[in-house]
Amino acid sequence: MSAADTASSLTQNVTKIEAGAYVTAAAFLGRTPALALGDGHVVLAEIGSEKRLAAHPDAGILSAARSQRTLITGGDDGRVVEIGPDGSLTEIANEKTGWIDALAAREDGSMAWACGKTVRARSAKGEVKSVAAPSTVRGVAFVPKGYRLAIAHYNGASLWFPNTDAGLDFYEWKGSHLDVTLSPDGRFLVTSMQENSLHGWRLADKQNMRMSGYPAKSRSLSWSQDGHWLATSGADACIVWPFKEKAGPMNKAPHECGAREARVSQVAFHPKALVVAVGYDDGWVLLCRLTDAAELLVHRPGETPEGAITALTWDSDGRHLLFGSAEGFAGLLTMPV
Amino acid sequence: MADKIPVTVLTGYLGAGKTTLLNRILTEPHGRKFAVIVNEFGEIGIDNELVVGADEEIFEMNNGCICCTVRGDLIRIIEGLLKRKGKFDSIIVETTGLADPAPVAQTFFVDADVKAAASLDAIVTVADAKWLSDRLKDAPEAKNQIAFADVILLNKTDLVTPDELAEVEGRIRAINPYAKLHKTTKCGVAIDEVLNRNAFDLQRILEIEPEFLHQEEHHDHHDHGHDHHAHAHDHAHSHDEHDDKGLKHYHDEEMQSLSLTIEGDVDAEKFLTWVNDYVQREGPSILRSKGILAFKDEPKRFVYQGVHMMLDGDLQREWKPDEKRVSRIVFIGRHLKEDEIRAGFLSCAA
Repeated sequence: MSAADTASSLTQNVTKIEAGAYVTAAAFLGRTPALALGDGHVVLAEIGSEKRLAAHPDAGILSAARSQRTLITGGDDGRVVEIGPDGSLTEIANEKTGWIDALAAREDGSMAWACGKTVRARSAKGEVKSVAAPSTVRGVAFVPKGYRLAIAHYNGASLWFPNTDAGLDFYEWKGSHLDVTLSPDGRFLVTSMQENSLHGWRLADKQNMRMSGYPAKSRSLSWSQDGHWLATSGADACIVWPFKEKAGPMNKAPHECGAREARVSQVAFHPKALVVAVGYDDGWVLLCRLTDAAELLVHRPGETPEGAITALTWDSDGRHLLFGSAEGFAGLLTMPV
Repeated sequence: MADKIPVTVLTGYLGAGKTTLLNRILTEPHGRKFAVIVNEFGEIGIDNELVVGADEEIFEMNNGCICCTVRGDLIRIIEGLLKRKGKFDSIIVETTGLADPAPVAQTFFVDADVKAAASLDAIVTVADAKWLSDRLKDAPEAKNQIAFADVILLNKTDLVTPDELAEVEGRIRAINPYAKLHKTTKCGVAIDEVLNRNAFDLQRILEIEPEFLHQEEHHDHHDHGHDHHAHAHDHAHSHDEHDDKGLKHYHDEEMQSLSLTIEGDVDAEKFLTWVNDYVQREGPSILRSKGILAFKDEPKRFVYQGVHMMLDGDLQREWKPDEKRVSRIVFIGRHLKEDEIRAGFLSCAA
């Protein structure tokens, strides 16, 4: 019997959203919940006035990220599109050569995307710079401080200052690196890998750290607001690595929370508290408190299978949680006051 | 759990006619929707809604297995395609003329996400009747493509004489006697002979194999196993023998196939231990392996298939009441150690 069966429940506080296609990403544009879908649409799910926008007509959205109050989407049509909370669509780029495989954006309005080996960074002023990675890029992320980008590719990751001619600063580790993230304090660079593990580097001295033991790929990574913890998917519990110390998680056991007989597919740390939202490949969503492992049920599919949770995000003050699944189910949790 | 998406891999040396076959598949009225993964995006006109350019990025898995290479770009592309479920019902992967099929095949064994969503249906190799014999001598890629094939289109047969055709067919059979072979011009073949073959789940191997039993003496080891090694060596230089069907017999010095049969049950534990150990040890030289086995006290047939060091097997349908319970394995590889494989397999008899 799973602990979750007896957990307190927030299911009454969830409003259902009809997504209707694979949910690639979820974001809040201000207060407006937004879902980017595998059928090329973006749903702005403001309760009572839902808008469905053909952001990538006849194509699919492969990645999406929030920038200020807009959503940036990348498609298998090679286009990068900016969607405003009012439903406005602006084409940012159109790569003729292939898919937008990775995408990142941040509060100041800058954004970056990858198409094959080409990585482009676009500053808040709209200036675009490009660099060629050594192999196809699977993940991009902004370094928290300065205008600098981290890029995941085969045999390692690279850091890049788009505004200098310095080229790529290579962090080497053999294998295929998929997603990339940086700790909020900018001390650590972490990638997920093909071989069911995470790899980390201390930025200052490129010290390697290996986080392994996952039964599947860990494709969802989320930092606690203080940067002391990294929550990860890919196991039958949410695996949370400690990053407070100088050596990161080396020689330390990770925390586990939300253990169930189902694979964790998405994780999202609450923006203020040490609580992590955990989505599973059977469509469940739980909230887990790190300090005492207490659990709250957010969503449990009924008779109809809803597929794996594929998108999960909090709004900026942690009052709402938005989630979506591979089969096009989605929901909005409003936390009780 | 939804059905897995079938994947057909098209290989063939440069100029053999892969693109002709691809366009033929796509333009036939079959009602199917394909996602096509090609290696040179935009260079050739392919009439299909969903065409994806690949870059054949091969990398080695960090799992201590030297021959375990996979196609990173395929993992990425299939992951992306899964977000567009419903847009297509089959995937076709066209490789470059110089590609080794192993990393493509291994991708479908190694990556858990790909394996959960898609299954390799068949490797289809297009061979040029006029030039294949030469390529088998000077291009190891061409030999690999023949060895890996489940279906072979011996194409451009209008450009060769009947003798030349018999010669090239004999050379193909020396490497791979088990593939379904079609002689074609302009890749003219019924689409059902290429798609939905289920070659990789081995349901069909027994249907395919009997046609070749009388053509290749390698198949009946169980009655003259003792002198086979010398026998095979004799064949190496007798390049103009004909059997009663006019098919030439060749022995390829490098690449061989081996089929072994036990007329009855095998011990499941002994067999699985042996076959796993053997491919771990000899994996680099074994290109393909397959088998259908009768395990003692097991009403269902055990079916497995492998590429190099990777094996994948499962219990499938029950043996039919009128079906003889036999255990048969097949290897295709370089310099196969026949005596060793035979002794190992025979020791698994129940």
